[in-house]
Parts: sequence; C-alpha cells; structure tokens
Amino acid sequence: MSIATEFAAEAHATESAPEQAIEGRSQWYLTWRRLRHDRVAVGSVVVILIITLLAIAAPLFVSLTHHPPDSTYPLTGTTAAGLPVAPGVHGFWLGTDDVGRDLFIRILYGARVSLFVGVVTTAIAAAAGVSMGLIAGYFGGWVDAVLARFIDAVLAFPYVVLALALAVVLGPSLPVIIGVISFFSWAAISRIVRGQTLSLKEKEFVEAARSLGASPWRIMFLDILPNLLAPVLVLATLAIPQAIVFEATLSYLGLGIQQPTPSWGNILAEAQNFYQEAWWFVVFPAAALLITTLAFNLLGDGIRDAMDPRTERVFAAGRKRRRRGRAPARTVAVTAAAGGPEQPSSAAS
Amino acid sequence: MSVGAGDPPPQHDAGVAVGVPPGSSDAGTDDILVRVDNLVKYFPIRSAELFRRTVGQVHAVDDVSLTIRRGQTLGLVGETGSGKSTLARCIAGLIPVTSGRVWFEDRQITNLSRRKMQPFRREIQMIFQDPYGSLNPRRRVGSIIGEPFAIHGLASGADRKRRVQELMERVGLNPEHYNRFPAEFSGGQRQRIGVARALALRPKLIICDEPVSALDVSIQAQVLNLLADLQDDYGLSYLFIAHDLDVVRHVSNSVAVMYLGRLAEVGPKAPIYEAPRHPYTAALLSAAPAADPESAAQRQRIILVGDIPSPINPPSGCRFHPRCPKARDLCAEAEPALEPRLGDPDTHLTACHFPIEAGESLAAAGRRETP
Amino acid sequence: MALIRFLIRRILTGIVVIWVVASASFLLFFARPAETVARSLAGRAASPAVLQNAINQLGLNQPILVQYGHYVSRLVHGNLGFSYYDQESVNTILKQDLPPTASLVAGAVILWLIVGLGVGILSATRARSFFDRFATFGVLAGISLPTFVLGELLLLVVFLPLNEHGFHWIQDGYVGPSGGLGQWVGHMVLPWVTLATVQAAVYTRLSRGSLLDTLGEDYIRTARAKGLSERVVIYRHAVRAAMTPVVSQLGVDLGALLGGVVVVETVFGLGGLGQVSVQAVDTDNLPVIIGFVIVAALFVVVANIIVDMCYALLDPRIRIT
Repeated sequence: MSIATEFAAEAHATESAPEQAIEGRSQWYLTWRRLRHDRVAVGSVVVILIITLLAIAAPLFVSLTHHPPDSTYPLTGTTAAGLPVAPGVHGFWLGTDDVGRDLFIRILYGARVSLFVGVVTTAIAAAAGVSMGLIAGYFGGWVDAVLARFIDAVLAFPYVVLALALAVVLGPSLPVIIGVISFFSWAAISRIVRGQTLSLKEKEFVEAARSLGASPWRIMFLDILPNLLAPVLVLATLAIPQAIVFEATLSYLGLGIQQPTPSWGNILAEAQNFYQEAWWFVVFPAAALLITTLAFNLLGDGIRDAMDPRTERVFAAGRKRRRRGRAPARTVAVTAAAGGPEQPSSAAS
Repeated sequence: MSVGAGDPPPQHDAGVAVGVPPGSSDAGTDDILVRVDNLVKYFPIRSAELFRRTVGQVHAVDDVSLTIRRGQTLGLVGETGSGKSTLARCIAGLIPVTSGRVWFEDRQITNLSRRKMQPFRREIQMIFQDPYGSLNPRRRVGSIIGEPFAIHGLASGADRKRRVQELMERVGLNPEHYNRFPAEFSGGQRQRIGVARALALRPKLIICDEPVSALDVSIQAQVLNLLADLQDDYGLSYLFIAHDLDVVRHVSNSVAVMYLGRLAEVGPKAPIYEAPRHPYTAALLSAAPAADPESAAQRQRIILVGDIPSPINPPSGCRFHPRCPKARDLCAEAEPALEPRLGDPDTHLTACHFPIEAGESLAAAGRRETP
Repeated sequence: MALIRFLIRRILTGIVVIWVVASASFLLFFARPAETVARSLAGRAASPAVLQNAINQLGLNQPILVQYGHYVSRLVHGNLGFSYYDQESVNTILKQDLPPTASLVAGAVILWLIVGLGVGILSATRARSFFDRFATFGVLAGISLPTFVLGELLLLVVFLPLNEHGFHWIQDGYVGPSGGLGQWVGHMVLPWVTLATVQAAVYTRLSRGSLLDTLGEDYIRTARAKGLSERVVIYRHAVRAAMTPVVSQLGVDLGALLGGVVVVETVFGLGGLGQVSVQAVDTDNLPVIIGFVIVAALFVVVANIIVDMCYALLDPRIRIT
C-alpha cells in the first residue's frame, strides 16, 4: 500500500469525524501503521513482551519448580565431580550453575534486573537529557557553551573507569549502577535534543510565542518539546538495550549486581570458568542477553524507519523531485510522519 | 534621520514625524502611538570558541527614527537584508536594542525585562511572514489562537473556547475547525490563524512582517482586505513590512524605505510613489511589475548593479553609493542627512545628496555616469 | 602558525580537563574521614596500629587543602603515588601493564576502522543489495552483542576447539611482540576481534548513513552530470565529505573504547591497565585506581586533540583559528 493511498484513506476517515485531529494523529497513526507492517518490528515487540512476562512471572516458575533463585541443590544440582548438571536433569530445565542453583530461575530473575535497570535508567536519562538539551539549546550563550562542553566530556569519558572509581568509594550496588548508567546515557540524548532545539528555536512559531509574552519554560516545554517527542522516543528505545548491556558488563566485571542476586552479567562471570564442562552455563544467559538487546535494537530501528522516511528518500533520489512537485498528498504523509521539526505541507485542506 | 560622524545626535521633534498627512504637520502628539528614536541594533559576530570574542558587528539597524500614528499604517520597505525585520523585532521587544529608544504611548519600552514588557505584549502583536513556520505544527488551532489568553491568564475553559471561536469567525475561519492542526489548512487560512492570534488580546499595534509575501497573489488580496477591515473595526495601527513597494501601496498611509540599516526616504504615500526623491526608492518602484503593459513599456527600468553590500562593513558615506546611478565623489565621503529636500514639506524626508528632481530621468543619469 | 596556536590552546584546555578529573578523584577518594581513607588504603583487615601508621605516613589528618596541595604537586611531578601494600610505585605498575593495553588498542582501532568504514562504504554504494541487507543485520547484531559475551563466545567456539585439535597458534594471555611477531598476533587476534566488533558495527552504520546522505546531495549529482566516473564521484568527492562526521565521532568513541579494554583484558587474561584496575577494586588498592583514572583522562584528551587535527585537515570548511 502506497503512502499516498494511506493518506487518502486517513483523510477520508477524518471527514466523518471533523472534531478529530488529522495531522497530529496521522503522524503517530502512520508510524503505527508502518510499524505494524514491519514484520521484524512486530516480532521484536512479541519477543520483548514474552521476556517481560517471563520476568514478571518468575515467582510463578519458582512455585512450579520449587527452586528459589538463591537456593543451592548440592545433591541433585551438581554432579559427583561437583560440576553443574545438564539441562533436563533432575528437573532443572536449563541445568544448574557451579554451586547447583537452577539456571532457568536465575536467568528469569536476571531478566528482572536487566529490564528494571534498562527502563529506569532510560527514563532518568531521557528526562535529564531532554531537560538539559532544551536548556542548552534554547538559552544558548554561555549556558550552552558550558553544557555542550560538559556533554562532550561525558560522552568521551570512559564509563567503566567511573564505575571502577564509584565501586571503590560507594561499594557496588543497584542504585550505584543505575546512577552510573543514567549519567552516561543522558548525554547522548541531550546532544541530539540540543541540536534539534537549536534549529527549532529559530522557527517563527517560537518567536510568535515570545511576542505573546510566553516564558522560556512555557516555550521549551509546550512549544518545542512536542516537536521533539518522535526523535526522543527512538533514542529512548535504543537506550534501553544499551543500558542492559552496561549493566551486564558492570556485573560481569564484579562492579554491578553482587552474588547471590542473579544478573545475566554475574551469571556469565561465573560461567567463564566452566565453558569447557558446562556449555549451557554460558550459552543460555548469553542468549537471553543477546535476544533481549537485539529485540530492543530491532524495534528501535523499526520505529525510526517508520517515522523517518528519509532513508527511503535517499534510496529513491530520482523520485524525490517528482514527489516534491506533483504529489502533495504524499508529501503531507511523508512530512507528517517524519516526526522531526520539518514544516508540514499545506495540501491537506 | 541620519547623522554624519561627529555630529551631535539630533533631537527628536514633531517636525520629523512620519505619517503625518501633508498640511497637518503641526498636529498634536496625542495621535502618535509609537515613536522610535535613533534606534541602533548591531549583532556581534563571535568566534566559535568557549569564550567567544566579538570579531565584528552586523550593522542591522543604524540610527533609525520614525513614528507610527494611531489608526494608521506605516509601510516599511526594503530588500532582504535591509534591516526591516530587525527593526520590527526591536519595536516588538523581541530582541534587545544596542542604543536608541522606543516609546509606546509616551512610555519607554526599550530593553524592558520580560516581566515589565508583559503589559505591552498585549498592546503590540505580530503577524509573521511564514504561514507554515509561524504556527506550531504539533498544536491545535484552538490552542494556538487561545495561547495569548493562556499566557496572560485572561480566559480559560469554555470562556476561552468561545472567545477563540469568535476570533476564528471574525477572521473568516470555520469555528468548527477548532480542534484541527495547522497542517490541515491552506497557506491563506493559516495566515488567518496568525491574524486571529495577533488579534486575540485586542492590541493597539500589529506589526505585520511580510504577512502576504509567502502567499499566492490571489490569496494576498484576501488577507490584505481582512487586515484593512480589522483596522477599520478596531482602530488598529499597523507597521506593515514588505520587500516591494507594490503591496505597501494599497495598505499604507505613509511609507519608509530602508537600505542597509538606514532610512533612505520617508514620507506620506502619495509623494513617495509619484515623485520619489531617493534613487533607491525610484529603483524599487521601477522594479515592480506594472499591471498595464503599455505603461510598463514607457517606464524606464533602473537596474541596480550588484547585490546589497554586507552590513558587516557598510560602505562609507551614503550606503547606497556603490549601486547608485547618480553617485558622485561626495556620496562616498559624506553621509547625507535625512531631511526635506528640494522644497518638500517637512513630512517628506530624503537621505540623498543629489535627490531626483521632478521629470528627471534616472536611467539617463545612470548612462551619463557610467564610463 | 594558526595550527600551533590551535595546538597550544587545545593543550591548555586538556590540562584543565585533567586537572578537573584529578581534583574530582581527589574529592571522591580523600574528602572523607581519615580513618575511612586509611582503611581503604591499608586494606580491610588492617589493625588500628597499622591504620594510625597509615594516617601519619600519608598525612591524612592534615587539613584537606594541604593534602590537596601535596596531591597536585605530586601529580605535576608525574608521580602517581604508591601502592600501600607493597610500596610499589603506581607509575611502575601502570608502565608494566601498558604494553598489553597499547597492543590491544592499536590493533583494535585499526581493525575497527578498516572493517567499519569499508563495510559502510560498500553498503552505501550498493544500497539495498543483498550485501547491504546482510551488513545492516550484522550491524544490529554487533551492536546488540556485549563485548564480554562476544569474548566468551569466541573462547568457546574458536579458542577451545582449535586447541583441542592441536592447533595452538591462537592463545589467551599476553606475550609481547619481542618474543616473535607471529606469537604476539596469535595472542592478540581474538582480543582485537572482540574489541573491534562492537565499534565496527557502530562505524559501519555511521559511515553508511553519512555516505548515503552525501550521495543525495546536489553537488554529487553535479559531479555525475559533468561526466566523472562513478569511481571518482564516490571516492574522490563523496567519501571525503562523508567521513568528516565519522572522524569527529572517533574522538568521542576512544573514551568508550577504554571501557571495552577493561572488559577484553579481563576476558582474555591479558593483564594490562584495565585488568589491573579491576583487580585493584577487589583489593581496594586506591592509588592504582586513581592512577588509572588520570591516565585514562590523559588518553582521552590526547586522542581528542589528534582527532580534531585530523578533522580540520579533512574538512576544508573547518578553519583552525
């Protein structure tokens, strides 16, 4: 289905309901439509939902298997040589770890940590990144100069090194990891929001708001921010897997979640001494980590593609001019879906 | 009014008030709504470093004085880069001025803080050039037109909606479209949205920054007529900016021509159009396409050589001299004062050493001067 | 001359950055009760007498500003302090561990740039081909793959089987190039691949996107219209312009690279600055951590100066002033 027909269908739908917003809805609506037709993105959503449900239902599986995450089973959970038992043996669905704990249950509980850290740090980073980016971009001048340098410095600073330092001073813990990861995630969002704000604040609608007497805060959050939601959504979706990888890495290095609380990172850290004897000990947590991050990354890419037809425009460089000149409905659909600060076209009326 | 280097700053007096109809130059000052005295706006050019040094200045507006009368329209004309939009923004208090004064009804409103400027925001509104860029694409029309009420805490809820819909009706929009987004309207309709927003607080002055130049010619007339009707109904004053003299002709009572940050010529509409004194005004007039092909054939076109020079290093003397067909040595040396020339009444001021006399052919002059 | 002025200014800014990092580390570590600091320096099990000894010896009960003065003057003289356990100089420790880290970084950066830019350019010039789609998926997989997981997997599926079958060239641990270049490469090849993969994925995406944008520009169409061969258009005109954002990104990523270094050194048991620092966390060996933080800051600053110079040379629009 071409974009033009989609738009026509959309325009038709609104005729019957004049009080409904076409443009505002169509931007999200078109994105949603395209996303629904993107099999990879839909698959990613399904995978993410399954993982989330599994993580939420972890206690359910505990009551099913009678294997709490921290309980060791020296008799059934380890072989005579003291090694982990293989998947399926003695009711351990995915086998056990080096001290005879149920690997499946531990991976489920690890998912809770990973998803929690991913979502919480991304929420913090998005809030901080958007605010700082808006402030730097809107106020400009020395505020911007200082903030922009700070953002660059944060982006260039090796996060593991800071995690090392904080782990020594404060001791490794969940709040510390969330702090470290948030601190290194907001800067990337901030940099993009700043850039977008710089261009948006030159728009006449911002000047119009100023001429009406709107305060800077009102302009930043009511006029500029709504135009930034689309790129921020993409950035946030892509920040979640990054945060999950950060957490796993820190836990792997012993700077994050500490035993006996399970985390995919610290499970893998213990597994590294057993990869010759117990492949499952390495493969299952690694697969859980990979599948989760891949699903989020694929979804983020899908949302970006659905919102930003720019890639298509480049591929179809020859069609670009024709589209601009002749097919106004199509242009509306394209710009409306772009989600960026582009000016929408006038053809709808 | 411009002064050469070293001259004392000229005192403002009633005699240079612009927009006064001929013969009524001694009218009182009560009907002056806005007075701009020696307004200067330089934009610093900074180096791209952390501690930004100023490496130069853009002379956007350089010593401009003018007045806007109550219920009248002052047309402000100039090429792109002449500083007319900057001047408008200085008057509207959107950007700080470098020096000079802006008076609104005997109150000084130059460089006020945002809070102190707030009451004047209700009196001075703007309509912008770009009907696409000036409306937030993510907000509904009702929210855009109602924003002035929200900001000034004047009306809320159902009351606000009612007043917004009244405004929409007044500017010729369907009030049913209250919940639509700007993208659902045509360019002309969007400009009406902009007009409704500017009208919301019942201001005394509306600054129109090229309000029709982005519109189709057929739509231009509709918007211009709307503005004229509103002026009659509400007694509005307009500062109407345009880059050609054609549009301004129909709406203005008086006209000011700007070139590179300075006023070239100001005066009531009739003499400016019928007997322009400044070669630049004449050139702008001759560049406008004529509706009547016969008169177009008779008319001599004055083609300006080159582009408008950089406002970073404006030319010495008269800023127009590098492109002026009448320029002589004096023009590069001394800056001409903005004053009545060739026996004009003191409402018609020209900044030119060699103003055009009645019946003089500028094209001929250009030919003679060119080696 | 402009270049020298630029360099001097950048070096001065760099010194400020390092001073800020050093001061922040000082505040973090020493602006605490003397007892706590002494304990973290002397070890958890230290007796009160040992603690008192440490406090006296290190001047921990002097006013904080005096301590800060000592700290800064030590740093200015290039002295990073001493490990409290064995009185070994931190400079010596870090110097010993530099070769594995340097080998790792140098090899990985070269590999990552070659693969990242190469695949990116090939993808962009063959947009939507099978190769491009494959590369795009590879990029996503690479980005989703945590460095340590990749390292573990490489050990599991490459190192182990090869060694079981009597093929012993690829090894873990570190052996310097002085013992034979082949042996050195054998020890380094898996770490290089591990460290380079994630970054190569990011750079493939970056250079592909940047080149696609550039190929859509009007001046590229002009270059084609005037009859230049596709080869010249792409490699002489487009690639050059497309690489500037990539280069500017490089400065940012060199910092992130250090995080990867820590991980890779730990996975493959290379020794090196990163692994030593992680071990120092376990033993609470503060001076080593502070030393590593400052060396890391120094590395990031120097790398950024070099990258900025390259950037300026590559993009004629950026004038060094």
